[in-house]
Amino acid sequence: MTAVIDNPMTRSTRAELLRLRKWPAVWVTVAVWVALALMFGYLFPYLSYRTGDLSFAGDGDTRAQLLVEMLPAALPTVLVQGLPMFGGALALVLGAIVAGNGYGWGTWKTVFTQGPSRPTTVGGSLVALTIAVVGILALTLVLFTGVSLVVAGVESQAVTWPAAGALLESFGGGFLVLEMWALLGYTLGTVARGPALAVGLGLVWALVVENLLRGVGALLGPVEAVTEVLPGTAGGSLVGALIDVSANPNETPGILDVLSGGQALVTVTAYCVGLVVLVLVLVRRRDVA
Amino acid sequence: MDDLVVQTDGLTKRYGERLAVDSVSMTVRRGEVYGFLGPNGAGKTTTLRMMLGLIRPTAGTASVLGRPAGRPDVIARVGALVEGPGFFPYLSGRDNLRTMARYRGLGDDAVDAALARVDLTDRAGDRFKAYSLGMKQRLGVASALMGEPELIVLDEPTNGLDPAGMADMRALVVSLARGGQTVLLSSHLLAEVQEICDRVGVINGGRLLREARVDELRGEATLRVRATPEDAAIAVAMRVAGEDAVRRTPHGLELGLPASAAPALVRDLVTAGVDVHEVSPTERSLEEVFFEMTTTAPTNAVPTEARVS
Ligand SMILES: Nc1ncnc2c1ncn2[C@@H]1O[C@H](COP(=O)(O)OP(=O)(O)OP(=O)(O)O)[C@@H](O)[C@H]1O
Ligand SMILES: [Mg+2]
Repeated sequence: MTAVIDNPMTRSTRAELLRLRKWPAVWVTVAVWVALALMFGYLFPYLSYRTGDLSFAGDGDTRAQLLVEMLPAALPTVLVQGLPMFGGALALVLGAIVAGNGYGWGTWKTVFTQGPSRPTTVGGSLVALTIAVVGILALTLVLFTGVSLVVAGVESQAVTWPAAGALLESFGGGFLVLEMWALLGYTLGTVARGPALAVGLGLVWALVVENLLRGVGALLGPVEAVTEVLPGTAGGSLVGALIDVSANPNETPGILDVLSGGQALVTVTAYCVGLVVLVLVLVRRRDVA
Repeated sequence: MDDLVVQTDGLTKRYGERLAVDSVSMTVRRGEVYGFLGPNGAGKTTTLRMMLGLIRPTAGTASVLGRPAGRPDVIARVGALVEGPGFFPYLSGRDNLRTMARYRGLGDDAVDAALARVDLTDRAGDRFKAYSLGMKQRLGVASALMGEPELIVLDEPTNGLDPAGMADMRALVVSLARGGQTVLLSSHLLAEVQEICDRVGVINGGRLLREARVDELRGEATLRVRATPEDAAIAVAMRVAGEDAVRRTPHGLELGLPASAAPALVRDLVTAGVDVHEVSPTERSLEEVFFEMTTTAPTNAVPTEARVS
């Protein structure tokens, strides 16, 4: 291939992709993600469908409903329903290790003395991270499609495909939510100059503090106003809008209907843009020893 | 000026109360091997970091290849190893270099050439974290060499190398300079610097004490003479070398004469009835000069009691 575009940005992206592709920690994160997604998306629902034990599936569900949600037509919903909780958490970890480890290893120092400017180098790193996020989501979609076809086959159900528009919307929304969490992790890893503190604080924030705040917010008006602009609220609401959470509330933790779909989309996008700007500003002038 | 590859002007870096680098103005010329000398904590690494744009000076400027330090177009023409090699531990040595080569827009041929140059081809497939200290160091040097940069900055390149590795490194640096590349290397191994450097800058306590050619720093050659009776010997020596060129030291006489003057001197001494026990040419080693400078320098780096008078 001689036709590749060669400029400092593509060079930086290709370099970062090379080292991410060969990083076991990335594949561990992907494997955990796939395992969790399959478990909660198909394995547990299927077990409870087969055994007739509906306790896992929530109160409102019937066996027929359970089956419907495992068929190809439900792919847009299943693809994104795990994102607000474990999907976001794993994306945050991914972002934090991609940005943070290089400070301890001294690899940012080495990379910053190769030629491309710092914004270009880090920009390439962010593009590579984004490609990884898209890749993980695409891999998930492929796996889920396969599993749902198997379920349809085993249960002798006719295969109906979801509307392309719905699938696209779900993929796009899911991508934005994962990207926001990955960028949040990247930002924390950059600020902390290491992955450990970033991962710790990020997870405590995403999984604990935000939920507590939303609990308090239900009682206190001013706190509620704050919780509405938090990343967890925005991401949860975006997914909630995609899978029409108001139809069956309280089904999956982290999925919310605090914000409208439009508001959530704007907030998540604003986070993505704002975090990229913040990272570039942070890295541009800082001392890297 | 194009033949100044590095020029710093009042370069200063302050960390809180501590002046790590204090108004350093140094110059590195095209094609030379420049030795940057100083004891631990002198400010060598900090100065090099400022030249590479890794850290920002508190005051002063550094220009590299005629442009302000740290500009991308400058950095692309410089290869550097600063304060130890920084590589991805999970990648092989070769993949680490391939990653860096991609940033530079270089192909795998540049990677293989660099690995061969530091004698790491055999172990290039091993993961970086499994490397020994010396192998890590050599990979760091290899990455600085990739793509034939005009200026190569090596911060203590022989750190962790065995004697054979050190000799290889010296030969490598000399061959780089022969090939027209400029090498700026920091070290506290003076014997090494003395052998391969054209010019040196001596830094201590953040201050550049001296910048000069190695032979200038070492000063004139002398002859050391042990002979009895000493008074008679001094009389002869003064006649041969001149009155000012004779010094009495605890080890005998020190004469400001080159080694080539020894046979004539010995003949004259013997003719005058003096017994000659020893005549040896001595050149002050860089090490002696260095200790003189760094221990009597007007800084607070060394406690007064420890100063050599
Ligand atoms: N990031 C930093 N924060 C605070 N002080 C620093 C920092 N980096 C360096 N220093 C101080 O600056 C001084 C110079 O350090 P530097 O690393 O430049 O020395 P050096 O000449 O490279 O020494 P060595 O031979 O040990 O490598 C030291 O006193 C050091 O403690
Ligand atoms: Mg140092």
